[in-house]
Amino acid sequence: MSTLVPDAHEAAPSGPAAPRRDLAQLGLAAVLAVVGGLTVYDATTLGTGFADPVGPRVFPYVIGTGLVVLAVLLAVATLRGDVPEAEGGEDVDLTSPADWLTVVKLVAVLLFTIATVDLLGWAISGAVLFAGAAWSLGSRTLLRDVLVGAVLAVASWYAFYVGLGIPLAPGILDGIL
Amino acid sequence: MDSFDLLWGGLSAAVTPENLMYAAIGVLLGTFVGVLPGIGPAMAVALLLPVTYGLEATSSFIMFAGIYYGGMYGGSTTSILLNTPGESASVMTALEGNRMAKRGRAAQALATAAVGSFIAGTIGTLLVAFFAPALASVAVDIGAPSYFAIMVLALVMTATVIGASVVRGLVALFVGLTIGLVGLDLNTGQPRLSFGVAQLNDRLDIVVVAVGIFALGEALWVAAHLRRTPLRVIPVGRPWMGRRDLRRSVGPWLRGTAYGFPFGAIPAGGAEIPTFLSYVTEKRLARGKGGEPFGEGAIEGVAGPEAANNASAAGMFVPMLALGIPVTATASVMLAALQGYGITPGPQLMTEQSDLVWTLLASLLIGNLLLLVLNLPLAPMWAKLLRIPRPQLYAGILFFACLGAYATNLDPFDVGLLLAFGLLGLAMRRFGLPVLPLILGVILGPLMETKLREALTISDGDASALVSEPLAVVVYVVIALALLARLLRRRPAAPTHPEETDRRDEELVNR
Repeated sequence: MSTLVPDAHEAAPSGPAAPRRDLAQLGLAAVLAVVGGLTVYDATTLGTGFADPVGPRVFPYVIGTGLVVLAVLLAVATLRGDVPEAEGGEDVDLTSPADWLTVVKLVAVLLFTIATVDLLGWAISGAVLFAGAAWSLGSRTLLRDVLVGAVLAVASWYAFYVGLGIPLAPGILDGIL
Repeated sequence: MDSFDLLWGGLSAAVTPENLMYAAIGVLLGTFVGVLPGIGPAMAVALLLPVTYGLEATSSFIMFAGIYYGGMYGGSTTSILLNTPGESASVMTALEGNRMAKRGRAAQALATAAVGSFIAGTIGTLLVAFFAPALASVAVDIGAPSYFAIMVLALVMTATVIGASVVRGLVALFVGLTIGLVGLDLNTGQPRLSFGVAQLNDRLDIVVVAVGIFALGEALWVAAHLRRTPLRVIPVGRPWMGRRDLRRSVGPWLRGTAYGFPFGAIPAGGAEIPTFLSYVTEKRLARGKGGEPFGEGAIEGVAGPEAANNASAAGMFVPMLALGIPVTATASVMLAALQGYGITPGPQLMTEQSDLVWTLLASLLIGNLLLLVLNLPLAPMWAKLLRIPRPQLYAGILFFACLGAYATNLDPFDVGLLLAFGLLGLAMRRFGLPVLPLILGVILGPLMETKLREALTISDGDASALVSEPLAVVVYVVIALALLARLLRRRPAAPTHPEETDRRDEELVNR
């Protein structure tokens, strides 16, 4: 196991800019511990079954306890300088700092869709979803995005209704579609 | 051969104009989605699942077979024409494939990938037709204790033996197991982790979980790190290859198939290890034999790993059909689809649903052939897809992910769940947590619990029942050996690619 000395040795060539600890991982560890605790607590409220030696509690107990233990291990590893390897990909540029504002915008667009899909219907909410997401991701051709979104949403509504027999919410366009 | 009679029966059932149409649609849709950057085969299958909702089981599985192989092929096109592979299985293809493309040999690289995929997929499917019934006929006699042990093996292997960090693998696994707990307990009918929410009383829909983690998680992660400078896509004409390329490809195709199939059938992380082994083998064998050396666009380096990739994709069907145990994320999604039709996976599947199984295997063969016939002429069109502007591409992925989640129950609550799992997927990519252990945990957790309780109810609570079958004992010994090997060798062989640094340099040049 590594001690503090080789750690310091490793840190030297990587330059002063590279942070040695990923403190956000402590947040992940905390969330895991809470979820584990909740799982165990939830299991205590269950009644045991009849003629069932294992019962409904054993699995949640084991899983919840496991999560808490892993949370502790992860926290210890984080404090000892363990840094996660973020996932790469075709369109992922890990060299620039994360742009969380875009993510917040996308989440807001999705929440809007969830709130309005029954009221406005899929044809409208889906179009707003596409145009809003494209705009959040940096597209500035709003009119074209709205048109593309509307075509996609109306076409998918008809494809599900006619092709698969699944009526997506028509919303305020009920009777028009 | 009994199996081949049955396969022939499946073929004649699958070759109806209607089914051929579904297979063709599946291949085209699968390739279309697979070519799109950032989408691997598992995500393609999950995203396209809603398309099959209105179909009967056989037609939808024929379409699935096409989507699956199409998605695999689409992924290799992306890694050859762009240098940055989206998934671990395509890393090896990208090494030589992209260099071939840069030297103006993209057409030959795509051709050897397509023909290699066809050969490996065909041989692999025939091997499935041979092994799966044999395994299933042995497996019907396996009791609950051995089943439990085999599932523990699958989870331990994916969570700890593969991957760079044991703690992260286990965290992903336990989060998956927790997700699998949500819903009514099967024996006592009490809701667990539902917090009084009616929609959580049913088990979480694996499609919503998979689309959330794969599609939405990926889209959100890309949104946080979107590459602002466009990637250079290499233009390509119609794929073809000359006699010399063909001669150099045949050996790698067959050797790659031999590597890929067994690794696909065991829970060892899918195609990552066999593609690596195939690459290393071809590199060694090609030394001193004319042609471009490795590192400068050797066709052997594309032919071998691509065949290994597709053979392992076929191998995955052996445990899935014979045991009902998925070993890859794609298999998990397909099993979930089976359950959606009220079909219980397991060894009895081969006998109870034999028509479905043999039609599925036959349609894998047909899908494979269609893939070759359709995709060789269509390759230039697929290459154009790589130029879709990124905001619209990811907006489209979000759109279809929400559509799929919404269409499962026509309840906006499911879109909310999708968002929750999307955020989880984002966090997993941020913190380097592997996705496969999580998905397997969601699927296998409830199954394991059922088997454990079955075993202990029969033994009246005596825990020694868990090792009462010889097979169970053997499996536990294998688990112990695998863990021991993992402890002795701190890092597994696969992720340490010798060309890693080389490839990074290349990427820097590209930007």
